[in-house]
Amino acid sequence: MSLLDSHLELDSQVALRPEPFGALAYHYGNRKLIFLKHPDVVRVVRELDGVTRLADVLRRCEIDERRWPSFESALSSLTESEMLHEHQVAPG
Amino acid sequence: MSTKSHLVEQLKGGLDAPICLTWELTYACNLECVHCLSSSGRRDPRELTTDEAKAVLDELHDLQVFYINIGGGEPMIRRDFFELLEYSIGRGIGVKFSTNGAFVDADKARRLAAMDYLDIQISLDGTDAVTNDAVRGEGSYDTAIRAMQHLRDAGFGEFKISVVVTRHNVDQLDEFKALADSFGAQLRITRLRPSGRGADSWHDLHPTNIQQRQIYEWLLAHGDNVLTGDSFFHLNALGEEPLPGLNMCGAGRVVCLIDPIGDVYACPFVIHDEFKAGSVRDDGGFSHIWKHSELFTELREPQSAGACASCGSYDACQGGCMAAKFFVGIPLDGPDPECVGGHGEAAILAASATERPRPMMDHSKPVRVSTPERVPVTLGRR
Repeated sequence: MSLLDSHLELDSQVALRPEPFGALAYHYGNRKLIFLKHPDVVRVVRELDGVTRLADVLRRCEIDERRWPSFESALSSLTESEMLHEHQVAPG
Repeated sequence: MSTKSHLVEQLKGGLDAPICLTWELTYACNLECVHCLSSSGRRDPRELTTDEAKAVLDELHDLQVFYINIGGGEPMIRRDFFELLEYSIGRGIGVKFSTNGAFVDADKARRLAAMDYLDIQISLDGTDAVTNDAVRGEGSYDTAIRAMQHLRDAGFGEFKISVVVTRHNVDQLDEFKALADSFGAQLRITRLRPSGRGADSWHDLHPTNIQQRQIYEWLLAHGDNVLTGDSFFHLNALGEEPLPGLNMCGAGRVVCLIDPIGDVYACPFVIHDEFKAGSVRDDGGFSHIWKHSELFTELREPQSAGACASCGSYDACQGGCMAAKFFVGIPLDGPDPECVGGHGEAAILAASATERPRPMMDHSKPVRVSTPERVPVTLGRR
């Protein structure tokens, strides 16, 4: 499945701290610290709700489609460090 | 160029709050390590009270500081150590604390293992008692190993073993790694600075030029699994391949120190009035110092390459460590005393003619005067 079709959400153990360049993301569980190096990335991450497809979130945030690949790569590295994950659907 | 160097430029301008804040809780210590960066030994009567310390933690919470590094002295000596630990974690501020292990018994280890968002760093400067105890004092090797065993038996999980690299333990890097692996621990190695009591021991302890290359090559081979606090960035001038990490001095930009009496310094290695930005007891507290102090503002401005401007390696080594230069008397825009291009030694020689700044806030225990001529008296018991 493409990342664009996934329903990402921020892990509950992650805190975002605004900074001049964007934000810092810190995962209290695995103690990883990640730099979100653009305010638009921060905006998108804050919009992730675990329900909306990523493509729709990007559209809602008015991110130009030509920039989507760089957002996909930024968000996929956040997924690898467990800051973001696919929304877990409760059974039933 | 790369996004990494773009980020470094941003970080040099400073963050809204520190990423890496060290808080030395007390100057009291059961040990008297010859390289102690804070010249610890005796408690200072002016040390922050429990309430003052909690107020600082409240401020750090408001600033969204994610975690703090607690040290000393030996922080576990403070009677309110666990109270402050629990308060910090309760406020969402993770804690990593450094200890020599003397107060980590089976009970304390279980208590520590039960806490979340807590990291422990046991200091060890040799993989055998002879090497370690020469620097950290008699019995300190056994003490540290015992603490590690307690943490392992309590199921603490991955703690850290923290090593200051000297010319006497540099050949033990593989053994340190094996020791850490055997405990399921993570190895952290950092650079020796001429700070605190290190001002006097540095000249005999710091790695030789050949050993510096040895450290660089060892880090290239193992660096991804070893923590360094980015402290070896001066070695980047040795080759094309940069060491893992940010390769910049974080002092006053992403790093700072709160000392036991609440004074705020640019980094843990510069306890001297020249690098003191204020006190958490001042109006406006820590936040005001971090955001507005003259010193930190100055450190966030572009720095001059000075004497190193014409050297082709400046981009790689960034002129090295401010603290290391300062305490050997080299101007801050001069070369690092351990400059791998060989400019350090001449700079140290040139500096020794002038007065070297002495580290301040010396809390060393009084020197014991030995009286060998006195015959030991045996007290009779009746």
